[in-house]
Amino acid sequence: MNETRHRVTLTVNGVLHEAEVPGRRLLSDCLRHDLGLTGTHVGCEHGVCGACTVLLDGEPVRSCLTFAVTADGHEITTVEGLARGGGEPSPVQRAFTECHALQCGFCTPGFLCTVTAFLRDNPAPSEEEALEAVAGNLCRCTGYQNILKAVHRAAELQAEEDR
Amino acid sequence: MKPPPFDYHGPATLGEALDVLAEAGPDGKVLAGGQSLIPLLNMRLAAPAHIVDVNRVPGLDGIEAGPPGVRVGALARHAAVERSPEAAAALPLLRQALRLVAHPVIRNRGTVVGSLVHADPSAEMPAVLALLGGSVRLASRGGEREVPAAEFFTGPMESALRPGELAVSAFFPALPARSGTAFHEVARRHGDYAVAGVAAAVTLDEDLRVAAARVACVSVGPVPVVVDVTAACGPRPAASADWEAAAAAVRDRVEPEGDIHATADYRRHLTGVLAVRALRDAAAAAHGEEA
Repeated sequence: MNETRHRVTLTVNGVLHEAEVPGRRLLSDCLRHDLGLTGTHVGCEHGVCGACTVLLDGEPVRSCLTFAVTADGHEITTVEGLARGGGEPSPVQRAFTECHALQCGFCTPGFLCTVTAFLRDNPAPSEEEALEAVAGNLCRCTGYQNILKAVHRAAELQAEEDR
Repeated sequence: MKPPPFDYHGPATLGEALDVLAEAGPDGKVLAGGQSLIPLLNMRLAAPAHIVDVNRVPGLDGIEAGPPGVRVGALARHAAVERSPEAAAALPLLRQALRLVAHPVIRNRGTVVGSLVHADPSAEMPAVLALLGGSVRLASRGGEREVPAAEFFTGPMESALRPGELAVSAFFPALPARSGTAFHEVARRHGDYAVAGVAAAVTLDEDLRVAAARVACVSVGPVPVVVDVTAACGPRPAASADWEAAAAAVRDRVEPEGDIHATADYRRHLTGVLAVRALRDAAAAAHGEEA
């Protein structure tokens, strides 16, 4: 079957990309297969696990529940785009390392994108707010305690930087 | 899994969207937030021949809040309505309910009107629309019609939306003065669909007696189950209202079914407990507004 392909232009991590995709191409697959950005992980593919979370115009969304054609003309940030210039890890990435907030690492890209946007909007979250923020992402290794520690540690690191 | 193939349409205007939908007829499906539709496609539970993506249609993302109530456009995301101070001021129930809809990341994309059209009897927003007696505005090439909530939800995942129609907005009417609302639910895991849930609205009279009390229950019937419990509460001051009698009336009215998540009896019991909590909190909120 010959599917109609649509030309899409995506700004991913500040770089303009073009791809030709069928209407049913998920944004997650477009990023991984068409653009070669395999940092975005695909777990459940129906919106439950959160591993595929990326930032669409700055807001975290499930890339497996978004079509690439819908994202045409929009800006996307993936885990590859979180580090600072020169590859220096962002405060959220540093905090995840420091606090051992990952083990196998499969869920980590989704957590990093989710937490990055969360701390931008809420730089000093309460325990409950932090819990709510990561409740939509599944991690089957860590048990979440260290992830929560990392959220608060990242908030500290960010506050130190801003000082 | 991956979605099945379909013809993708990305109309740039409402007129264009309605033309495509008219031509597609029963084979057309509207895509707005996609947080219910795309999982169905990925799991191959749905295979529409045409997807009409309305995300580029201008003028559909409005949130108009005023004394009469809140009108929410087809592209207004859950998160946008949740964060709108005007919407929360006009109708606190919207924010109370939206916080229970899935997870924040899903709410960034999902739309309120999409939830209504999806018509899941376990979902919060259909219950809110039903409780308030709101309506959904449906547009087609032939014109527009406004369908009241009582006629809009026709069965599990079924609404009055006809082929060729696009739900362009929904209207949530405000409550009278001295009203309060609350929404309580129990889910197996945070963010999951509720095993049971109750939205309540209580209005007090000038002497702070219960003048009107209503609940809408989720996950205990084919559509949101609205029960008027004004008579059961009695025209008594809110502090001594008989919430237990109201809960008994609610338990009698719901029609829960058992499944792997909960038995029918458990859902009925939970609905009664949640009705008491929601009615009590709604009455307290109604009091707060007076004070």
